[in-house]
Amino acid sequence: MNPGGAIIYNSDKFKLDTVLVGENVLSAPLPVATLTKPFGRVLPVMQNTVAMGALIYLASLDFDTAVEVITETFQHKGQAVIDQNVSILRAGYDHAKAHYVPLGYQWDFNDVRRPFITGNEAMALSAVASGCKFYSAYPMTPASTVLHWMVAHADKCGIIVKQCEDEIAVANMAIGAGHAGVRAMCATSGGGFALMTEAVGMAAMIEAPVVILEVQRGGPSTGIPTKTEQADLNQVFGASQGDFPRVIVAPSDIADAYHTTSQAFNLAEKYQLPVIIISDLLLSEHPETVEMDDLRHDLPIERGEIVTQVSNGYKRYRFTHSGVSPRALPGTPNAVYTAATDDHDEHGILISDVFTSPPVRRKVQEKRMKKMSLVMDDLEPPKLDGPADAEATLIGWGSCKGVIKEAAELLNAAGISTNQVHFKWLVPFHSREATAILSACKRTICVEANYSGQFARHLRAETGYSVHDRILKYDGEPFEPHHIVEEVKRLLEGRPASLDVTLDEAREMAYHYIRTHLNDSARPTLIARTSGNGNNEDVWQIEIVSRDGGQKRGEMQIGVETGSLYSWEPVSGH
Amino acid sequence: MATVLPLPITNYESVVEPDWCPGCGDFGVLKALKMAAGKLGIQPHELMVVSGIGCSSNLPGFIHACGVHSLHGRAVAVAEGIKLANHDLNVVITGGDGDGYGIGIGHFIHAMRRNIDITYVVMNNQIYGLTTGQASPTTMKEVRTKSTPRGNVETPINPLALAIVSGATYVARAFSGEPEHMSDMIAGGIRHRGFALVDTFSPCVTYNKVNTYPYFKQRVYKLEEEAGYDTGNVEKAMQRCFEWGDRIPLGLFYRDTQPIYEESEPALKETPLVKQSLSLKKEIFNELVQEMI
Repeated sequence: MNPGGAIIYNSDKFKLDTVLVGENVLSAPLPVATLTKPFGRVLPVMQNTVAMGALIYLASLDFDTAVEVITETFQHKGQAVIDQNVSILRAGYDHAKAHYVPLGYQWDFNDVRRPFITGNEAMALSAVASGCKFYSAYPMTPASTVLHWMVAHADKCGIIVKQCEDEIAVANMAIGAGHAGVRAMCATSGGGFALMTEAVGMAAMIEAPVVILEVQRGGPSTGIPTKTEQADLNQVFGASQGDFPRVIVAPSDIADAYHTTSQAFNLAEKYQLPVIIISDLLLSEHPETVEMDDLRHDLPIERGEIVTQVSNGYKRYRFTHSGVSPRALPGTPNAVYTAATDDHDEHGILISDVFTSPPVRRKVQEKRMKKMSLVMDDLEPPKLDGPADAEATLIGWGSCKGVIKEAAELLNAAGISTNQVHFKWLVPFHSREATAILSACKRTICVEANYSGQFARHLRAETGYSVHDRILKYDGEPFEPHHIVEEVKRLLEGRPASLDVTLDEAREMAYHYIRTHLNDSARPTLIARTSGNGNNEDVWQIEIVSRDGGQKRGEMQIGVETGSLYSWEPVSGH
Repeated sequence: MATVLPLPITNYESVVEPDWCPGCGDFGVLKALKMAAGKLGIQPHELMVVSGIGCSSNLPGFIHACGVHSLHGRAVAVAEGIKLANHDLNVVITGGDGDGYGIGIGHFIHAMRRNIDITYVVMNNQIYGLTTGQASPTTMKEVRTKSTPRGNVETPINPLALAIVSGATYVARAFSGEPEHMSDMIAGGIRHRGFALVDTFSPCVTYNKVNTYPYFKQRVYKLEEEAGYDTGNVEKAMQRCFEWGDRIPLGLFYRDTQPIYEESEPALKETPLVKQSLSLKKEIFNELVQEMI
């Protein structure tokens, strides 16, 4: 807790260890039960409303605005609930006013109301504004909120939202709809995407447009479903057998997610191929305030060439200079052909079985792949942000853009000249531009939320350029600026990395044991690093006390290197 | 109902000759499908034939109609996407027993639950033909195949009974040896509003030496010729589904009138999705944004 801050807590439930409170930090206990007594039956969660009331006073925020927010939030629950919450808010506010002095914050609000949305909402809104008419899904965290938003607005927007039996059906239905001429999208997370992979190749082979959103969560397998990670890159790159054209794009923030979704639909239709948007839990599920201008209504809709008049003998897969064959939608008179997943000639006739033809196969494969260089022309290349001759260059992709920017600002402020290169388009990849930028950098550090540095590897595969260092995180929590700042400093100073359990982590691990084995009735207090006592490594020696009363419950030992819980010795009587 | 102008089956003649083995049952099914489309006066561009992978799934290439030759087991899902995108198309799925009752059985069951207006013609030869003769989900018990050298131990799928309990509203069976009757079953399925299954005995003359043309010719009879058979009686229909021995029934087993999936979609009230404008009205967009403020 920084000086000038305050700790607001429910003093009916917690005692504050005053030795742990820093200097110039206000301790603001709230006797929640007493304060809420006049307002009837109060749910435990309403302690937050009391605390918010106190916070509004301490931080010099406007009470009436908070009342407006409460009224809007609980409108669907009726006036009685609104009144009760407002009364409780006031009780917290009045209590703080009677006992404390405001912390001295000054605000300069402009009172413009702006959208407060998640990445998933931004992408769903952009999809319908881009003319998406078909959305299929199977529930999976953290992609399900796209399904929920789409269902809630389907009637208003005139779209079909189909919950399917599995992700295999999800992808195949979306591709069927895309083939029939409707803008179609589906979304899932890594496990669901694994089931969709065969269909990705089908979309490329029959040249059907489709947009697939992959919202990453911590893996592998079921992994950590409600935590964030950027570790599905290898899977998305490797999805489906064979060589085929496809676009893979990673939006970097909520406004960009809105913009990217529109780009994805246009690319999918103009070049008749699958477009995979790779997001992650952090980007998709966190809400953020965006500017009204970030959510444009007049998104460009580019469908590529759709022919409505064709004669007999129409060649769906005509070999053209660009590789793009004019599309006639099913149902168009004379446009009678079979879209086949077996490879085929210009007419769609199979070259896989009775008729085979190596030269036709060569030309049809080249025709499909040629589209990728056209796609490239539509994509904005990466650029360098910040001082050109910086000591450190931070490289990132996807949701890491914002935190890297903040970290770079902190580093620059601390006298460590830092710049940033962010990658959005992963396939096709701006190899030439990336090489030109990076080869002029002094020290490149790739920041990504996975164990093995999947993007750094991709960068090397596409450019031959190896980054100097990597900052990786795979504990399920997003990067915070200080994580990056500390690591950059360590790297520049040449200090070795350590994977040891830190003191804070030891405390967290003790809490984990308390939650799972002691019914959350205790808490760790004193933590000290001691020699191994025969465990072949140093250990964190942790004293555990009961939450009520604070008497000693026992001692715990956690290995500093391995993180193993070597012992839990309860005090006798517990 | 509008007057139907029948079309000659030559309208559906593909430039590609089928590559099936001489005598394959699938020739009869292809002919019956063309006859059914002709009887109903469906123009080739109004007919969408979707298949998966297998010998029989090559059928879309052998008929002059719109087609998607999709992935193994996924024809039903692809067809559903197409139908929901453009319900003006007459969507017919063609494929085999491995494709539909094996790898694709999940989609098959769920499509029937939805009662989506699609006709599914399964060329059931009780064997994997394309991969040269392994046991399929409908291979009878004790039959020796390449993958069951000691005889098949697994109980075969009963597709018709499965269809009835899963909510299909038109459940029929036909035999390649009788294309005229089969074309009636298929035409009835296409005309029917809702999910129609037409399971067909389409013998594999190369790899199935048990369920042959003579095998079926000796046993099949038609439910239409049974006095008093009521296609609306689910219990009686289920009894016939389990009749397998000296006598094996063909014909329409069961039929029901239920709302179709497409009717439940407000977006499809006026016109097919594919014919609707892509632009979202500014007022609606503004409402959506306002909700987020």
